[in-house]
This record gives sequence, structure tokens and C-alpha cells, in this order.
Amino acid sequence: MIEMTDVYKTYSNGVVAINGINVKIKTGEFVYVVGPSGAGKSTFIKMMYREESPTNGNIIVDGVSLPKIRNTKVPLFRRNIGVVFQDFKLLPTLTVYENVAFAMEVIEKTPEEIKKRVMEVLELVGLKHKVRMLPTELSGGEQQRVSIARSIVNSPKVVIADEPTGNLDPETSWEIMNIFDEINKSGTTIVMATHNKDIVNNMKHRVIAIESGKIARDDLRGEYGYEA
Amino acid sequence: MKLNTLQRHFRESGKSLVRNGWMTFASVSAVTVTLLLVGVFFVIMMNLNHIATNVENDVEIRVHIDPAATVENQKTLEAKIKKIAKVDSVVYSPKEKELTNMIEGMGENGEAFKLFEQDNPLRDVLVVKTKTPQDVDQVSKKIETFEYVQSVKYGKEYVDNLFNVVNIARNIGVVLIIGLLFTAMFLISNTIKITIIARRKEIEIMRLVGATNNFIRWPFFLEGLWLGVLGAIIPIVLIGITYSNLFKYVSPKINIPFFELLPLSPFIYQISVILILLGGLIGIWGSLMSVRKFLKV
Ligand SMILES: Nc1ncnc2c1ncn2[C@@H]1O[C@H](COP(=O)(O)OP(=O)(O)OP(=O)(O)O)[C@@H](O)[C@H]1O
Ligand SMILES: [Mg+2]
Repeated sequence: MIEMTDVYKTYSNGVVAINGINVKIKTGEFVYVVGPSGAGKSTFIKMMYREESPTNGNIIVDGVSLPKIRNTKVPLFRRNIGVVFQDFKLLPTLTVYENVAFAMEVIEKTPEEIKKRVMEVLELVGLKHKVRMLPTELSGGEQQRVSIARSIVNSPKVVIADEPTGNLDPETSWEIMNIFDEINKSGTTIVMATHNKDIVNNMKHRVIAIESGKIARDDLRGEYGYEA
Repeated sequence: MKLNTLQRHFRESGKSLVRNGWMTFASVSAVTVTLLLVGVFFVIMMNLNHIATNVENDVEIRVHIDPAATVENQKTLEAKIKKIAKVDSVVYSPKEKELTNMIEGMGENGEAFKLFEQDNPLRDVLVVKTKTPQDVDQVSKKIETFEYVQSVKYGKEYVDNLFNVVNIARNIGVVLIIGLLFTAMFLISNTIKITIIARRKEIEIMRLVGATNNFIRWPFFLEGLWLGVLGAIIPIVLIGITYSNLFKYVSPKINIPFFELLPLSPFIYQISVILILLGGLIGIWGSLMSVRKFLKV
């Protein structure tokens, strides 16, 4: 599903964020990306949805060679990827329902499709009873559920999450992780950057550790490996 | 594009107009002032042109006869001119009559020319009218080649002077209007920039979930278009009302030869269309500037 070959990334300010990475992630895998702050985790996953482009090397996601596709083709590619952030990125003036529907409206789905699918995913994340609320009326965990619902509403093949539990308390984090686990069980590939030692060590999945822009470790059913 | 999508773009652009409040007001006002001036300018230019054309259409050719010509020669010349297919009429005007006309035409100042009655420096003239005004040039050239023709004059000079005035007025107007157009355009572009900044979070999410660039851009173009078109409304109404009244009540009272305003229809409609198009154009242009600068896609 995702394949990187000899990938390097130097930002325009001269910072070398990724310094030679080769990796393969298969369809349906669940991968944690761990490592010290500033190691290059966010850069690593940003390149997967072409938010950043590598300075060198090749990245293939779902059969698309990202350095080569034209800018006009990026939107179509992005529809295969769901992205979840630490800060949720919800639109404050829209209700829960509207926030999720937004992702379908802007790629021109019909109102019928939207109605059906939005309620489906809101049920999956357990927010069916709060569809009319505004993000400000929700707890952090609930807001993250909305953002997860939005990321999967267009049925992407891959969900990429950058520290999705970074702002949440341990209990809420586990609820969120259970939702990701369920999404993964339905066949969606998940790549998640995280600092959450407890989760990585207890919900076992593949662990890729990045240090100074290089892969330091890559274990199936791995450990977090750093002090929390 | 799907109907739903179009509705959405309309809705979003409308929301921005309301949300930007004062900036919307400022942009629309700038367009209004600009288009009002453009409109007034247009009305004046088109009417001056109309009058100039009227004058041009009425010109006669004045053939000055060589004083060496005998009466016999004059008759032959007159006959030759009459034979030109495009000529409608030829009237003989002796130099004595020409002088009287001139003295009368000058009023008070004409007295001085009375001295010339003793020794008239003018020439006998044949006044030629062509069937259509377009023929004046051609016929004049032909007459110039005839024997005993000293010189050929026609209204061209007067018409040229009128057109000169029209031209100078136009050049001044054009410079002024271009300046105003740019001002209005920059104000619109600034308003759109504010919208883009206000919506940057939405834009970020749209990009993330794979909205196309055109989809993202559309509401901004529409907003620019509305700003421009809204700015055209007041000028169209004002110019329409004022011109109709001028045409109906003022114009008939003015008794200057050739002075005649262009008829209301289709003139008023033409102006309206031009103003709306112009408004829409600066609107879209203004938003294009901002979209290209601030909406990196
Ligand atoms: N847009 C950018 N421009 C310049 N340098 C950047 C940019 N983004 C990240 N960097 C630099 O690249 C390096 C890797 O950053 P990155 O965000 O990938 O780290 P990270 O592993 O996600 O860290 P954290 O755990 O704190 O989120 C850092 O040194 C950072 O300062
Ligand atoms: Mg990071």
C-alpha cells in the first residue's frame, strides 16, 4: 500500500528531517510511528499524503508515485487517504453532522449519499445522539471522534493519524484507539505517529521507530522502547 | 458542475459578502463610483460622436471657380459635375452672394468686410450636394481634377475639429477611468484576501479531503463577481433615470443645429450591459489576483 525508497527530505531552511528511509507497509496493516521529538515522524507521514514532497527518492501510495503526479491530480489521490490530527481541525461554526458532511460535499457527493454515509460513520464512532451539537459543546474525546468520522467518511484505503491522542486523557485515548482498531479490522490501513507508550505496549501492532530522520527499529508487534 | 455544487458556491459566496460587511460595502462603493463615471463618460462620448456624425452627414462640397473661367466655362463645369452619378444637386452662388453671406454670418464683426464690396476677393462657388454623405470625399477628389476648379472645400474641417474635441475628451476620460478601475479592482482583491484568510481552515480541510482546486476557487470568483455586479446597480439606475429625463424634457428645448441625443432604446440597454460586464470583469479580475497570490494550490 505504501512504499518508500531512499527517501530524503531537507526543508528549505536546511533542516534534514528525513535522512534515507526505505519502508514497505502492506494493505490492512496497523503501524505505529514512534521516536523522540523532532525525529521526523510528522514529516515521514506528511509525505504519505503529499503534504510534503521528498527532496530525493520515491514514494508509492496505493499505486500512485507521489513525486511524479501532477498537482492537479493530488485532490483525486487525497480522496483515498483519511487524515486525523492532534488538534482535530474541526470547523467551529458547523455542527457535528455538518463537519462530517463537509468532507463529502466538497468532493461533490449527492445529498442522498451524504445523508446515508454520514449517519453511518457517526454511529460507528458513537456520536449518533450528538449530531446537532457544535464542536465547542463536545469533550476533547468527542471532538476527536468527529474528526475520525470525517477522515473515514469517504471510505479511504489508508488512515494517517499524527498523535491523535496527544491532547486526550488516558481513558479517552483508549476509547479513541478502540475506534481505530475497529476501522483497521474492516481492512483499512492505519499509520499513526504517537508518543503514547501505554497504548503502543498494550495494543500490539507493528512499530517503526524514527531517530534523526532514519529508521532505528521496525518490529512487528513491537514495543514503544522509550521512556514515556 | 452539479446543481448542488453550484448552489453551494452561491451560498458560500453570499455568506462571505455578509460576513465581510464593511469591506463588501467599501468595494461595492468603489465600483459604484467608478462605473458611475464610466457611464457618464460613455453617455457624453457616444452623444458627441452622434452629433459629429450628424454634422458629417450634412456636409456640402463648395467648389471655388477659377476667376479666369468665362461664363461659358462655368456652365460646362456645372454640367460636368451634374453628370457625376453620385451628385444630387449643384447650385451656383456668385461671389457677391458669398460675401453677403459671410458678412451676415459674422454679425458685428462683419462690418469690417463691407470694404471688400468694392473689390471682392472671393470666388464664385458651386455648392454640390451628394446623394449620400459617404460619397463626399470621393466626389470632391473627382471635381478637383476638372478644369477651372481653383479649390474644393467641404465640411470636413469642421467635422475634424469636432472629432478632435471628442478625442481629447476621450483620452482624459480614459486615463481617469483606468485609474479608478484599478482602485476598485484592488479593493475587491483585498476583500477577497480577507475572505481567503477567514476561510483558511476550511480551505485546509478541503485540500485534505481532496476537493479540487476549481471547487475551492469558485466561491471566491463568485464573491468578486457579486462585488462588481452589485456596484453596477446604482450607476445603471441613476444614468437610466437621468438620461431618460434629459431626452424627454431637456433635449427638445435645445435649438442648436445638429444637437440631438441618441434615442433611449437601445442606448440605455447598451450602457447597462456595458456597466454590468465591466463591473463583473473587475470583480473577477480582483478576485483572480488574490486567489493567485493567497490560495496556493
Ligand atoms: N515546515 C518545516 N520547515 C522547516 N523545518 C521543519 C518543518 N517541519 C518540521 N521541520 C523540522 O524537521 C525536523 C523534524 O520535524 P517533525 O515535525 O517531522 O518531527 P516529529 O518527529 O514529528 O516531532 P514531534 O514528536 O515533536 O512531533 C525538526 O527538526 C523540525 O524542526
Ligand atoms: Mg510531529
